[in-house]
Amino acid sequence: MYRIVTKRPLHETVTLMEVEAPYIAKKAKPGQFIILRVDENGERVPLTVAGTDAARGTVTIIYQKVGYTTKRLDVLNEGDSILDFVGPLGVASHLDGMKKVAVIGGGLGVAIAYPQAKALHDMGAEVDVIVGFRNTDLMILMDELKAASTNLYVMTDDGSNGHKGFVTSALEEQLKAGKEYDHVIAIGPLVMMRAVCNITKQYNIPTVISMNPIMIDGTGMCGCCRVTVGGEMKFACVDGPDFDGFQVDWDEAIARGKMYRKEEAESLECKACNLQNVELQAKRGGN
Amino acid sequence: MPNMRLTKLPAREQDPNIRNCNFEEVSQGYDEAMAVDEAKRCLNCKHKPCVSGCPVNVRIPEFIQLVIEEKFMEAYEVIRSTNALPAVCGRVCPQETQCEEKCVRGIKGEPVGIGRLERFVADYAMAHGAQPAKPLPDNGKKVAIVGSGPAGLTCAGDLRKLGYEVTIFEALHTPGGVLVYGIPEFRLPKQLVRDEIKTLEDIGVKIETNMVVGRSITLDELLNEEGYSAVFVGSGAGLPRFQCIPGENLNGVYSANEFLTRINLMKAYHFPEVDTPVQVGKNTAVVGGGNVAMDAARSAKRLGAENVYIVYRRGEAEMPARVEEVHHAKEEGIIFKMLTNPTEILGDENGHVKGMTCVEMELGEPDASGRRRPVVKAGSEHTIDVDTVVIAIGNSPNPLIKNTTPGLATEKWGGIIVDEATGKTSREHVYAGGDTVTGAATVILAMGAGKTAAQAIHEELSK
Repeated sequence: MYRIVTKRPLHETVTLMEVEAPYIAKKAKPGQFIILRVDENGERVPLTVAGTDAARGTVTIIYQKVGYTTKRLDVLNEGDSILDFVGPLGVASHLDGMKKVAVIGGGLGVAIAYPQAKALHDMGAEVDVIVGFRNTDLMILMDELKAASTNLYVMTDDGSNGHKGFVTSALEEQLKAGKEYDHVIAIGPLVMMRAVCNITKQYNIPTVISMNPIMIDGTGMCGCCRVTVGGEMKFACVDGPDFDGFQVDWDEAIARGKMYRKEEAESLECKACNLQNVELQAKRGGN
Repeated sequence: MPNMRLTKLPAREQDPNIRNCNFEEVSQGYDEAMAVDEAKRCLNCKHKPCVSGCPVNVRIPEFIQLVIEEKFMEAYEVIRSTNALPAVCGRVCPQETQCEEKCVRGIKGEPVGIGRLERFVADYAMAHGAQPAKPLPDNGKKVAIVGSGPAGLTCAGDLRKLGYEVTIFEALHTPGGVLVYGIPEFRLPKQLVRDEIKTLEDIGVKIETNMVVGRSITLDELLNEEGYSAVFVGSGAGLPRFQCIPGENLNGVYSANEFLTRINLMKAYHFPEVDTPVQVGKNTAVVGGGNVAMDAARSAKRLGAENVYIVYRRGEAEMPARVEEVHHAKEEGIIFKMLTNPTEILGDENGHVKGMTCVEMELGEPDASGRRRPVVKAGSEHTIDVDTVVIAIGNSPNPLIKNTTPGLATEKWGGIIVDEATGKTSREHVYAGGDTVTGAATVILAMGAGKTAAQAIHEELSK
């Protein structure tokens, strides 16, 4: 069992947790992920490591309450425990040698982009962070990102922060203005990462993206997370999750991400009352 | 006088048309009277040919004589003295190519049902509260085991009995390896695997789940920082192979590992009460001819597929699956498409499988494996109407440990290189055995390798 030390809502649908997992805290590097299982009937869900504190033996995860599992996870509070929590999995991001980098994050992807930006910033690289949200209410990690970047550009879909547009428009603006990056790192929804690659390709800037496909074991055993990169079959869990964005078969990845849409809805609908019960129990237990 | 009946007493079984709709165990084994009756067929040969056919050298005639005397608990102790997982072996061992193949009764008629007797004895003993084995006093030395499948469990059990402090590191959330994620409930009930593992925990074997050796901790850290004197690697053959044909990444295409893991480990047949789904369409094709293919096909049938095909590029005689598994699959209505090889999986506009193009094959000259090589029959291309495809053409060893352990020598295809007599690898104090060395093989061969390595580790650490 893995104890939740901190639980902090970042906004209405996104929550941060610090979880006690000393082995992982000691080892995890930016780009790696964990797999968790909330309870005995739970599915195995991969979440990127958003930070670690080796001294306290804790690992930070940030999740969005979208499906049954993340909603079930969100019922847990500080002091409660997660049944299974395994990692660090995947290959750490190769950040060595990067000097002038644009780190781009969209939505929850910002949580994953942050550790990379921080690591690069700590290495002394020049880091432009470009992040996008649907609106100002959904912004996360603003102070952290500011501290980890040379320049921070924040975009909103609805323009509620005064900068209307997608991350791609901000990136393009910088590139058109003559800004030079030796690397671009893009993390977020598949369509966002693809859109970033379409731009950086024109400027010939090597672009690393981070895949977040459906997984089960996370150790290369099942092949559920396979993705075509440069015409070859790769497993995101052991060969990735970072890949060369120019080589990824995006259409395939997008289709694979939708495989269980129907089941995901069914799971949520069928267990809605279960979720309420667990929530009630948790509240009673807390009183 | 021995019972001279020429045939094995059949075990009780669920009716095929009932069992292909449920996940309960197919075979219900022998009762006491049946076991005694079958045991009496044993001639108690002086030279014990059956024992030489067993990778863990179970003293077969000895335990069978005790069955005749109805001393079932004593019979269990005889089996358990060399076999850490009797209830598992009695169910999933390919006895027909091991102990039973050597049985003298098999020369004229059928061999003694050794596997069925082993299973009966193990089930009897577990139901009647077998006492845990008594390990030797602690010797103060620590051994780490990587992986809790058959190789790791056997090695752990043997070393613990010799007085070592043994810790198993398991990557998944449940111990058992292929016994829990691979082999289905209807062939090997998971409660039984839990019970067998508990008998090891009862004698002091520690199991750390959620520990991916190579990621959470490395072999070198186990040896240099965590105080382990030796490590046994039994990490299995957990890297699925694909056909490398177009369409394999379409939705609805599974590796057998994924398909079976969703069903066995994650219990997807209880979805949505459990959270992990699995999709089984009306027409399911399983590509491959081994036991794993049979398991996948029979699982698909149980999950409601109307037509389940085994698509195999050689003939039925060349199939690596056990005859018993093929027989069970046929009884349950699995359709065998032999000498058929897929060339492309076809998708619909949503990226989901809608068909599979295949060619027919003919058998040519024998190849390196001694089996006749299949060659494509000209003009035989055809499409079968399927919406789920499971690729069950084998697994390679998982490269995680190889990639994170400098100096660990491996074969080109990934298998860890060992000295067969000891399981010793190219790295000092590191031993390996099971599928990670041989590539996908059987439970009992992995157990044999675990046993060999335990003995060699004991010899090294006793110096």
